[in-house]
Formats: sequence, structure tokens, C-alpha cells
Amino acid sequence: MPNTPGAANTPTIVLVGHGMVGQRFLEALAERGTTERARVVVLCEEPRPAYDRVQLTSYFSGRTPDDLSMVPDGFMAEHGIELHTDDPAVAVDRAARTVTARSGATFAYDTLVLATGSYPFVPPVPGKDATGCFVYRTIEDLLAIEEYAKNSTTGAVVGGGLLGLEAAGALKGLGLDAHIVEFAPRLMPVQVDEGGGAALLRTIEGMGLQVHTGVGTQEVVVGEDGAVTGMRLSDGSELATDLVVFSAGVRPRDQLARDCGLEVGERGGVKVDEQCRTSDPAVFAIGECALAADGRVYGLVAPGYEMALTAADTIAGQESAFTGADLSTKLKLLGVDVASFGDAHGTAEGCLDVVYADSRAGIYKKLVVSPEGALLGGVLVGDADSYGMLRPLTGSVPPVSPEQLVLPAGAGAPVALGPEALPDDAVICSCHNVTKGAICEHTTLPEVKKCTKAGTGCGSCVKVIQQLLPKSGDGGLCGCFAKTRQELYEIVQVLRITSYAELLDRYGREAARGGEGCEICKPVVASILASLSHGYILEGEQAALQDTNDHFLANMQKNGSYSIVPRIPGGEITPEKLIVIGEVARDFGLYTKITGGQRIDMFGARVEQLPAIWARLVDAGFESGHAYGKALRTVKSCVGQTWCRYGVQDSVRMAIDLELRYRGLRAPHKLKSAVSGCQRECAEAQSKDFGVIATANGWNLYVGGNGGATPRHADLLAKDLSDAELIRLIDRFLMYYIRTAERLERTAPWVERIGLDHVREVVVEDSLGIGDELDALMARHVARYRDEWAETLQDPERLRRFVSFVNAPETPDPSVRFMPERDQIKPDLTVLTLEGVTAR
Amino acid sequence: MKLELSPVDGSWLTVCDMDALTPGRGMAALLPDGRQAALFRDRSGKLYAIDNRDPFTGAQVLSRGLIGSADGRTFVASPLLKQRFDLETGRCLDDDEVTVAVYPVRTA
Ligand code: SRM
Ligand SMILES: Cc1cc2nc3c(=O)[nH]c(=O)nc-3n(C[C@H](O)[C@H](O)[C@H](O)COP(=O)(O)OP(=O)(O)OC[C@H]3O[C@@H](n4cnc5c(N)ncnc54)[C@H](O)[C@@H]3O)c2cc1C
Ligand code: SF4
Ligand code: FES
Repeated sequence: MPNTPGAANTPTIVLVGHGMVGQRFLEALAERGTTERARVVVLCEEPRPAYDRVQLTSYFSGRTPDDLSMVPDGFMAEHGIELHTDDPAVAVDRAARTVTARSGATFAYDTLVLATGSYPFVPPVPGKDATGCFVYRTIEDLLAIEEYAKNSTTGAVVGGGLLGLEAAGALKGLGLDAHIVEFAPRLMPVQVDEGGGAALLRTIEGMGLQVHTGVGTQEVVVGEDGAVTGMRLSDGSELATDLVVFSAGVRPRDQLARDCGLEVGERGGVKVDEQCRTSDPAVFAIGECALAADGRVYGLVAPGYEMALTAADTIAGQESAFTGADLSTKLKLLGVDVASFGDAHGTAEGCLDVVYADSRAGIYKKLVVSPEGALLGGVLVGDADSYGMLRPLTGSVPPVSPEQLVLPAGAGAPVALGPEALPDDAVICSCHNVTKGAICEHTTLPEVKKCTKAGTGCGSCVKVIQQLLPKSGDGGLCGCFAKTRQELYEIVQVLRITSYAELLDRYGREAARGGEGCEICKPVVASILASLSHGYILEGEQAALQDTNDHFLANMQKNGSYSIVPRIPGGEITPEKLIVIGEVARDFGLYTKITGGQRIDMFGARVEQLPAIWARLVDAGFESGHAYGKALRTVKSCVGQTWCRYGVQDSVRMAIDLELRYRGLRAPHKLKSAVSGCQRECAEAQSKDFGVIATANGWNLYVGGNGGATPRHADLLAKDLSDAELIRLIDRFLMYYIRTAERLERTAPWVERIGLDHVREVVVEDSLGIGDELDALMARHVARYRDEWAETLQDPERLRRFVSFVNAPETPDPSVRFMPERDQIKPDLTVLTLEGVTAR
Repeated sequence: MKLELSPVDGSWLTVCDMDALTPGRGMAALLPDGRQAALFRDRSGKLYAIDNRDPFTGAQVLSRGLIGSADGRTFVASPLLKQRFDLETGRCLDDDEVTVAVYPVRTA
């Protein structure tokens, strides 16, 4: 039960600051039942509730502010938390125990928690406040940078640390010529050492970013209109630029605490003890604004989360302490892996370095070990795959020599050290402090994420988590093949295999060779053969592989009858065609229903009626809708610009174009799409495998959406595309999916598995260099498409199978019967129950 | 070559030409007493006949399932809910308590 505000003797907790740590604190209160016993008030300065600041930059790659939100739907209401957005605290009266917000509202508190985070430090150089100067901390900052960048060509970032590099990458992504100015002699001076900085520099420069190290910014040069025109550097040179982003470190936001007389550190930060209490026991401080008991201000989210838990424990009367935290980080900066963990700079007494460097490949790895051989820390640049393994090993003597841990595979490195080697108390997820033991209590990744939160922070531990979870079987497709669908696809393509029997006998499991195969692999291979355009799907041996629905080009229903779904591209249909459907359904006595896919389904046809029904439909210009296939289903549309007052593009035309282009395309699972004429999204494109939403400048492409049992919102893959760009990206997306997905893996789990970034690299940036090949495959599909029903009707040989009985082709199956319901038919299931034998 | 099936002990019924059956797929035949049989031919040319009725749904559809083999047994998987039936014994491989009738077949 949420508490009643103001009820007598209900204590009030006021939280100031609703950032990442503030939200974690609220969750911790709820987990401990404190929200039921106390009134909780949150003062939030930003216009929106807590969001994932760590992933801030992903806004530029398509994540919306909503995607970044960290507050589960209904969270505040469920726990009776009062959230005041856009209303910062301006004063605290500790004697009266009240907090006053900017709006003038005053809240009495029993416990006050400060989670005000940091502010970006802007060096006091002349011109720093000019138009065109920005910082990089909030969504609002990014929106402002994005807007200003539209009229700029060059951007410079002051500060070559972690955030500076991210900011510079973002500027480059916005199409600017990007510069980084760093005072220290190397990039990321805090995280990496000199060698790592050098490897990083080469790679970053290789990407077209211009790096100026060892120079300071002396002045921002401002033009007559008050806007930035350049920067004067400490070596006397001048850098022309339209936009400046300051990213020169952060400072704790402790002003509120100072003003009310709480103790703060010499260099800032609200002083707290191990319970996160400030000098006033009624006031706590957590996250980046706090100066922890170990004398440090932590600028990372994981220690902040730990403080949140400690404060929540203490408030709930449980014993808890925050005594310090690990500063490990792993980042993917501009596509370069950078990780540092433990004592990365080798400050411990007597410690030794083990270094591997390959400057051509931009790889640098350093491990710091104690004289006894224990791993103390390290720096990895360019290849941080082993980070997930090394971090938990920190503090212990690794089972293999440190040299072997840094050498690349194949150069004397042992068979990769697996996470099995880790002890149960090794921390796998440092964001949420989850151990291997806790992870191994679960069997699936979603379960691990839900129950332990592991993997829901920076995500760098997910790979190791997956390795720790049980695999089903040996990863093979079925009892016949020890290979995955993706491997079979490659074999069929590269070796130009055209028959299932050949594939089974050569590449099947030993015991399965020469056998019949099975119901699992046959349709998979049929689909692969079809995707690679090996011809009509009912040709020769392929006929025997198809699932029954593909075999009869219709969907079997519970009584053995079939349903018929003609294609209605984009959901657009003429009155004449509607009349034909009506007439056919009436003449054959079929049950008729509008589907959820903007088309019409006719149910209750007997197998021998299918050709006659389709003869009428094909005659009227209909084609197969592939409702039976693991293939493109529908491309839904909204009415769009032509009629709708909001529409900005012709969504119907685009939907029709897409449906006609991809019709008949066989895939590992069904494919669905939709096109909306504007952001109102009436066609629900974001729940589709590939969805398109019109913008004033073209089209936004979303991928990996799903309805069904495990719904998933699609991710934005690319923005403001022309028609041709849109189609090219969809071509490649689909072909790459077909090539690499597993059996019955829809695009949503596929994108989750291989990662959106990877999909974007391959599809948009062609990082594998297979773009042309994918284009060619799709071109071949489009050129070879023929309507399966029209082809079937022309071939008496194929039509032979459309009989109920091989020995009585004219006789209808007497077990397929119907009874009336709501003026139409429904299956009569009573005839399926034989005398004495009921259907189970 | 004709395919023959024995619906009751000892009697043989001619059903169709051998090549009406695609290897790996089935066909249904209507028996004189109204029962239905599902006929199959595997890769090696071996013939099988079991009852066409899927005992789990009551629908006469087993002939439209996919055939396969596992541990040396050839089976058909029902197209509706995918339970597998041994083509030689009629035993359901996914539920010990269920069997379908098997009919002798031969070519003539
Ligand atoms: C006919 C229809 C229901 C209706 O009367 O509206 C339908 C009917 C079936 N759906 Fe569906 N789905 C229909 C729209 C949908 C939608 C809505 C949509 O497409 O906008 C969804 C959710 C969107 C999605 O797929 O992401 C939907 C999610 C499913 C799922 C769950 C898929 C998933 O990824 O979780 C299945 C099961 C599967 O495919 O494995 C399924 C499976 C089926 C099957 C094939 C089940 C079966 O094996 O018998 C049904 C057979 C169709 C038939 O016999 O003709 N149907 N199904 C709709 C046909 C649309 C069309 O015109 O082609
Ligand atoms: C681009 C970027 C990338 C980052 N990447 C990483 C990373 O990879 N790994 C990592 O560990 N960390 C990273 N960080 C740092 C991480 O975001 C912070 O450590 C974390 O957000 C700290 O959480 P917090 O709640 O203490 O502060 P914040 O998230 O900053 O939240 C503080 C909130 O308090 C509000 N506030 C301040 N004063 C008041 C007031 N008087 N009244 C009301 N509200 C107030 C602020 O507006 C803000 O919303 C990154 C930061 C940025 C900007
Ligand atoms: S999505 Fe936009 S254009 Fe399409 S119907 Fe809805 S409001 Fe109109
Ligand atoms: S380590 Fe960041 S989510 Fe697990």
C-alpha cells in the first residue's frame, strides 16, 4: 500500500536529484518495503525523470529520450512516490528540516538524500560562454548540440578523456569535422597509460578525428555576432571551429550542501561516512556528489549504485557500508574497445608489467601483476574481449601465465580461458556487483537480468553471462545436424548445394546420414534453398521438405481444412477485388475474416478445393499472400499523406513497393513490416521486423520489432533516408538476417543476440564488405519472384497432390464438416470424435 | 507398379501407382469401411501405411505430415501439433500411451 501523504507519523524521505543513482535509490527503497512505510518525495531538476546517462551518446544513433528512460512504467504510481520534475531544490533548512523547491513548494523531511550528481567543469577561459559553446551531460545538452551543428562544419572538443572522445565521435557522426584538444600528452590520461594512449591515438586518427595533445585551450575566439569562430591554443596556434564542447572533467554538485552548512571536501564533494551519512545524520549524499569515506569522489555509475544501496539499507535499519569501489571501465569508443581495471597504472609496490603491443593493429594490452603473480589490474586497447574474464580474476593468481593472457589467440595463447575457471564469488557484473554464483542460479539471460540486474548497466558483462548459462544440447540444429542454421546456410551457399539429401549425407551427423532427416531440419533447409533462389519451392525433392502448409500453399486448420490469404499489398484494395473475394468466399461457403495484418482470410476450404478457389483469385489478379510461409507476410500501411492531414510522405505507396519487392522471400522466420505516414505511427511500424516511419526529409528505418508473445520495440537503424537508400538498407538487413539467423529466430531476438551496433556496422557501414553480395542476392530474388499459386495452377503434375484421397480423387474428405455460427461456418469437431475414440 | 494395402486381415486393396507417392511425403487413401490410411514412401523406396487420424486432434491429417528418422526408426510428425508416430509400429514417440493402427503394404 502506498502511504498517504502527510498522514500522521509517516516519516518523509526527500530525494534531491533524480539521476541514475537517485533512481537506483528509489528502487532500493521499494525493494526494502520502505516506500510502504514512508512518504517519498523526489525533486528533479531536469524536465524528465531519470534516464541512462551512460548511454547518452546512443541518442545520436537513434535511441530516443524515451528509450533512455530508466524508470519502469508505472513505477512511481505503484510505490506512491511523488515526483516533481523540472523543479530543483533551491534551499535546505536543516534546523527546520525543510527543503524548498524552485516552484516555492516546501517539503518537511525526516530524512534527506542528496543525489545531485556533477556538473561539467568549464575552464575559465575567455569566451567560454559564447554562442556555440556547449557541455555534454544531459539530453538537453545533446538536443542543443544537434540543433547548432546543423549550421556548423567544424567542431572541437576540449578534453580527450572518456567523455571527450564520446563527444568528438558524436560531432563526427553529426557530419562535422571534429577536433579533440587534450592538455595531457595522451588521450584518456586517467584510464590508460602511455602505450595505451599511443595505440588509441593511431586508431582514433585513423577514423578521421583530429587530435591535438599536449596543448591547452587559452581562449575561445568569438566573432562579431557573439558566436564562436575558433580557439586559441597554448602553443600559439589557432584552431578554426564553429562549435566547442567542453569536456574537461566534472565537479560534484555540492552547492546546496555548502549553503546549508554541511561539510564538504577541500576539492568538493559532500563528505559522507561509510553509511553515506553527511555531517548531519538526517542527511545522506550518494552518487557523484558525494565524497566517500575513502576520500574519493566516484565519477562512475557502479560505485554510485552501491552507495544508493548502502543509504537505502541504512534508512531501513539494516547494516551496510560503502568502503570504496573498483574503477574498472570498459568502453566502446568510436568502435574501439578500451578497458581498464584494477590497478591499471601499476602503483602497487613491486608490481610488474606484462605488455603486448601491435601498433599496426592498434592493439595494446598491459597487465599489472604482483611479485607473487596475482593479477592486479590492466589496460586493454583495441581488443578488450578478455576484459570480462580478467576483471573477475583481479586479486587472484590466474590459472595460466600472464603472458598467455595477453597474447592473441594462436600465438601461444592457451585455448581461451573460459569463465568456468572463475570462482563462484568472482564479480561478473561490476555495475550491479553480481557474482558468478548468483548468475549461475539462473538459466536464461532475461531471467538473470530480471532477478539480479546483472547485464542491465553498461552491458559489458553480458558476453560472459551468456557463457555461464547452460547451452541446450550441443548447439546443433537437431538430431540430424550438429551444425547451426547459419553454418548450413554458408555451406549451401558456398558449395552450391542444391539438394537436401546431399547436405544430409555429407554434412549431417554420422548417424543421420542416409536417413530420412526430420521435421525440424527439412523445412529449414527448404527455406535456405528457397532464400538462395534455387527455384520454385515445390519443385522435385524440395516438395518433400516443406511443412504441410508450404506443401499445400495454404494454412491447415484444426479440422484438416485450409485457410486462404491472398496478398493485399499495403492493405490497399479496389472495390472490384473486394467483390471478388466476397464472391469466392460466398460461392465456396468459406468463413471470412479481416486479419490482424490488413488483409482478408477465408477459412474452411478442403484440400481439393484449393486449386479451384485460387483459379478464381489468380484470374482476378490476386497472388499468394504467403500466410503459410516463413516468408514476408504483410507490409501494413496507414493512409498517409494523400489523405491524412498529418501525413508527410506517401506511406501507402511505400508499403506497396516494399511488399511487392519482398513478397515470396523465404527467411528463418516470418517477416512483417509496416509504413506510417508520420510520427503518429498509425501503422505500428515499430512493432515490425522492419518498420518505416515518414519524416519531413524522407524515411526513418526501424528494425527488430516484434509483437507476439515477447513483444519488442524496434530500434532505429537510420534516419531521413531517400527511397533508394531505404530500400538498399532493407535489402541488406533482410539478406544479412536470412544469412545469419537461427531456425525460427525472428529479427527481434536476432538483433538482441548479435547486437544492434553490429547490425548497423554491417548493414549501414558495410563493415564486412559483403554489401554488394547481399544486394546481388536480393536483386536475384526480386528478378526471380513468381507467384506460387499461378505456377501451381499451370502444372498438372503439381496439382495432383491437391486431393483428399489418392485412390478417390473426386471424393471430399467426409471428416471435414462445418456447422453454422453467426451467419457463417465453423469446424464441426463432433465428427472428429470417432466412436469410442475421442480426440485427446 | 501398384501399391497395395491390407485394410482387414488377409485382404489386399489396390490403392495407386507407386509413383503417385513423392519420396519423403505421404498421401491419404479412403478405405472401404470409411477409415482413412496414410501412405508413405521413404528415400530408400520403403513403403508404410498407418491410420490417417491424428489421435491428438481427431483430424484426418497424418498423411500430410513430414517424415523423418531418429535412432533408426522412421516416423511421421503430425502437421497439427507435431507429435511423432513410428511408421512401422504406429507408436507415438512423444506419448507412450498413444498408438495408431498400422496397415500392411506391398507392391504388386
Ligand atoms: C490470421 C491471423 C489472425 C487473424 O485472424 O487476424 C493469424 C493467424 C495465425 N498466426 Fe498470427 N495471425 C495474424 C496476425 C498476427 C499478428 C498481427 C500482425 O501481424 O500485425 C501477430 C503479432 C505481430 C508479430 O508477429 O510480431 C501475430 C503473431 C503470431 C505469432 C507470434 C510470433 C512471435 O514472434 O511471437 C505466431 C506463432 C509463430 O509464428 O511462431 C503466430 C501464428 C499464427 C498461425 C500461423 C498459427 C498456426 O500455426 O496456425 C495462425 C495461422 C493463420 C492461418 O491459418 O491463416 N502469429 N499474428 C493474422 C494473419 C495476418 C495476416 O494477414 O497475415
Ligand atoms: C556521456 C556520458 C557517458 C558516461 N559513460 C559512463 C560509463 O561508461 N561508465 C560509467 O560508469 N559512468 C559513465 N558516465 C558517468 C555516469 O553517468 C555518472 O556516474 C552517473 O550518472 C552518476 O549518477 P548520479 O545520479 O550521481 O548523477 P546524475 O546522473 O548526474 O544525476 C544527478 C541529477 O540531479 C539533478 N540535480 C542536481 N542538483 C539538483 C537540485 N538542486 N535539485 C534537484 N535535482 C538536482 C541533476 O539535474 C541530475 O539530473 C558517463 C557520463 C556521461 C555524461
Ligand atoms: S501515421 Fe500519421 S500520416 Fe499515417 S494515418 Fe496516422 S496520423 Fe496520418
Ligand atoms: S558490468 Fe555493467 S552491466 Fe554488468
